[in-house]
Amino acid sequence: MNAPVTPNAADALVIAGRAYRSRLLVGTGKYKDMDETRAAIEASGAEIITVAIRRTNIGQNPNEPNLLDVLPPSKYTYLPNTAGCYSAEDAVRTCRLARELLDGHDLVKLEVLGDQKTLYPDIPQTLQAAETLIKDGFKVMVYTNDDPIVAKRLADMGCVAVMPLAAPIGSGLGIRNPYNIRFIVEDAKVPILVDAGVGTASDAAFAMELGCDGVLMNTAIAQAQNPVLMASAMKKAIEAGREAYRAGRMPRKQYGSASSPLGGTIS
Amino acid sequence: MKIVVNGEERILATPVTVARLLDELGMTGKRVAVEVNREIVPRSRHGEFKLSDRDRVEVVVAIGGG
Repeated sequence: MNAPVTPNAADALVIAGRAYRSRLLVGTGKYKDMDETRAAIEASGAEIITVAIRRTNIGQNPNEPNLLDVLPPSKYTYLPNTAGCYSAEDAVRTCRLARELLDGHDLVKLEVLGDQKTLYPDIPQTLQAAETLIKDGFKVMVYTNDDPIVAKRLADMGCVAVMPLAAPIGSGLGIRNPYNIRFIVEDAKVPILVDAGVGTASDAAFAMELGCDGVLMNTAIAQAQNPVLMASAMKKAIEAGREAYRAGRMPRKQYGSASSPLGGTIS
Repeated sequence: MKIVVNGEERILATPVTVARLLDELGMTGKRVAVEVNREIVPRSRHGEFKLSDRDRVEVVVAIGGG
């Protein structure tokens, strides 16, 4: 008897020297409450979770549950982000605060936004922040547009992962430019993750079929009618898309090609 | 003296350390990070770092985000 096939064996996602079984990275925002956040993240199987760094609400209820208690950093790899930053300076400050908050943890998600309507990244500011952060010892996973030249530049600078958008953050429009994502993947020296724009499970599977190393999402799960069920769907979509990519799809043909033998039909 | 904490002015009767300020804000023992005038003040220095007039203090936490 043949040994059982273990499709995921030795197919780890390696980021900054650390291996992860899950290729789905999830955000922790926009959930109804902490219980829903925890349940959805558990169902997603994600090992890397993004968090935002914000001013404490002075005078707030001191017993309000803390994200760090609900999702312990001992169980999840935290990926603090610079969401809401519109300048390299603010993004760098935010990363330094995150590193202090998380006891020297140096893996960060850099995003510098350029416009409130589209939430498209400001690339000059992103490049500037990435350079400062890398010099300062951070391991930078960088949110960028789907421009292959910019993606290559960010990887060459030393970013540990490059994360092009599929569509605007929170839009759920799916992969708007698969050809560009493919260019970026083909040239990649570091993991490429689609970050932003995924709306449903087929979008996530499509990203993986294009050869992406992973997908980072938040709204697609948090704003689904049933976030926990969508988290489970996304987990399967990522796995299915990855296996399909590794398996190699059949070539497309213009005409039909019978699946049953043509000989031996009755007459 | 007057300082600004998370964008809001606070009047202090006497000079205080970062640790004392956090205590007054009810944040002792909470997971926070502190920046004074855009520079990180590491947790290990909260007890000795004295705030000065017009200092701008940021106290941050991790919250849900994508």
